[in-house]
Amino acid sequence: MNLTVASSPHIRGNFRTNRIMLDVVLALLPGLAVGAAFQGPRALFVALLSVSTCVVAEWLYAQLTKTRNTVADGSAMVTGLLLAMTLPATVPYWLVLVGDVFAIIFIKALCGGLGQNIFNPALAARAFMLLIYPVGLTRYMGLDGVTAATPLHHMVMSALPTETIGQMFVGRCPGTIGEVSSLALLIGGCYLLYRKVISIRIPAAYLGTVALVTLIFSKTGDPVSWMLYSLLSGGVMLGAIFMATDYATSPATPVGQVIYGIGCGVLTVCFRYFGLFPEGVTYAILIMNAFVWFIDRHTAMRRFGTGKGEYKA
Amino acid sequence: MKKLFFGGIHPKYNKEMSTRITDFRTICPLQVVIPMVQHIGAPCTPLVAVGDRVLVGQKIGDGEGLCVPVHASVSGTVVAVEPRPHVSGRQVLAVVIENDGKNEAVPAAEADLDNLTNDEILHRIREAGIVGMGGAAFPGNVKALSAMGNVDTLIANACECEPYITADDFMLRTAAEDVLQGMRILKRLLNPGRVVLAVEDNKIEAIEKVRSLHREFPDIELVVLPTMYPQGAEKQLIQSVTRREVKPGQLPVSVGCAVFNVSTFASIYRAVCLGLPLTKRIVTVSGEAIAEPQNFLVPIGTSFHDLIEVAGCLHDKTERVISGGPMMGVAQSDLNVPVVKATNSVLCLLKDVNGAAENPVCLRCGKCVAVCPMRLQPLYMYRFQKAGRVEELKRLNVLDCMECGSCAFTCPGKLPLVETFRKGKQMVREANAK
Repeated sequence: MNLTVASSPHIRGNFRTNRIMLDVVLALLPGLAVGAAFQGPRALFVALLSVSTCVVAEWLYAQLTKTRNTVADGSAMVTGLLLAMTLPATVPYWLVLVGDVFAIIFIKALCGGLGQNIFNPALAARAFMLLIYPVGLTRYMGLDGVTAATPLHHMVMSALPTETIGQMFVGRCPGTIGEVSSLALLIGGCYLLYRKVISIRIPAAYLGTVALVTLIFSKTGDPVSWMLYSLLSGGVMLGAIFMATDYATSPATPVGQVIYGIGCGVLTVCFRYFGLFPEGVTYAILIMNAFVWFIDRHTAMRRFGTGKGEYKA
Repeated sequence: MKKLFFGGIHPKYNKEMSTRITDFRTICPLQVVIPMVQHIGAPCTPLVAVGDRVLVGQKIGDGEGLCVPVHASVSGTVVAVEPRPHVSGRQVLAVVIENDGKNEAVPAAEADLDNLTNDEILHRIREAGIVGMGGAAFPGNVKALSAMGNVDTLIANACECEPYITADDFMLRTAAEDVLQGMRILKRLLNPGRVVLAVEDNKIEAIEKVRSLHREFPDIELVVLPTMYPQGAEKQLIQSVTRREVKPGQLPVSVGCAVFNVSTFASIYRAVCLGLPLTKRIVTVSGEAIAEPQNFLVPIGTSFHDLIEVAGCLHDKTERVISGGPMMGVAQSDLNVPVVKATNSVLCLLKDVNGAAENPVCLRCGKCVAVCPMRLQPLYMYRFQKAGRVEELKRLNVLDCMECGSCAFTCPGKLPLVETFRKGKQMVREANAK
């Protein structure tokens, strides 16, 4: 008998990194499917290109630096798909390539790889792309095949969009590939909750804050509609469910996650109301990313046997 | 049923494996190796020499200070008094007895509880060599003495939250009266207001058995807790039963509680009323590499080898042999190690397919934070131990970690968390000592 002497515990649960990544990809598929259905096959090509570029970039980096090949953990695939979801179907292919390489090499690999990066790779790449070639990211395809203004463009003018709430909910409106269908994103989110990949704290705090702030500070005479349009338009649903919940760039403590979600929500609405662009999700989450370690450090749970748990005979 | 402590996990319990065989066999080994250290404290000095004939229950080792005696578990001849491998991984002085199979015992001195003084009770507990049988092996008389007059709640721990193990479950199924009688004895000693038998809700037969005895023991409260690891950890159990939290570094008595394992209570009853020293215990032999997982009544000193052979060990499939449970037990390298008073289980596990990764990577997923019953931050403890930052480890209260393994069990990156924290705790202790 060849006995192994190793530290306890001697059994482990079924959570695995690559399985988690696969779950995230599966959860994104409904959103991608709706985007492709309404915006045409180019959406699919963009997604495919983005995923493959990220995987190749990850592999190439390992080859060039002679470090361990980490393609199998599935995280590059997730980054590629997430980035594609934030792009319009009209985005130039070269820009996708640039964004993917930026995300994988500069944001993730140079920070030390999986779990070490400070900023969400997909959103940091999107911010970079928006900076170097804004036109490529701001032309949205309408349902009739010509470029159109997104619902958020109307809302900048403090007016309700022309689409109905129902159309917005299923995704029949101009927007990026993955952000348009709140329904599909919520289905994906429920799957992630069911699989225990994410907890509800960040999405609930984020969406709840956006709802509350837009309800109180409505720009139209119909605060409830304004709030609903605010939740359904732009990238807030995609951001709250898939971006703000990114493990590496969000807090690990329960209270920290709520604070982080609230911060994302407040910043999103502020950027939408006062910012240069109609949308603020990307920058809201990126800024909150920077506070993650600080938040965790100051939101440790009450030490066992101290504070209000202290026993007095 | 809602759990009453933070965190925790639901491993696959695999308890049904060892409960299919409902009666337990008595093992009769050819030889027993009885270590002089089977408790926390000072080692015993052997009282016998090679060539001596000993009887079951004869005292063969005793010592001064924090020490309880050890007894022969079989009748026969002493063939060696020498250091032998021990479950702790060290070599420990042991008395080796060749079993003559006659099972001749020293006459037991029965006693009526009502006629015994408290000192006499404590003395009988000590002389019987009673230690905590849940794993800690703290001398029973010392723990009882320190709790006398200082506790309002006495708890019998039958949670047995570690997967595979059913030894305490079997103790209740087969000898619940002894357990409850033992609780009566400690109730008399400690005079607590509340006497609780706490059990997880997955032990249905044991719960039925205890309920059926309620008429005879109306003073003992049965508390059924949800099944969740680590429900049986002392601090979490006290928290669940009394809503009190034991302060960092303190003992249960600081919150007015005394906790003993159910098997310890049964042994106390047998020692005090029947005059029987602790020479046998129930041991679960289980795991996927055991052909017939079951519970045995085992003389102390029986080797792991003998035990797993009787249960049918699949040698070529066994990758790990563990003393104790799969979450906190100790992997053994030498199967000649003997069963000691605190050995509740011997497990033979298959190759651990979910074991620590070659290249563990922390995703920062935070699942470790969500499951830590001590409300610690394992992901940061891991990082700062790796970085050698003692001050940060202190800030993160790494010494509060009880090494329950919930974090490592849950970690998708398969980080070696528990062993890292052991090192981290050592670093902090060394820094504090300076």
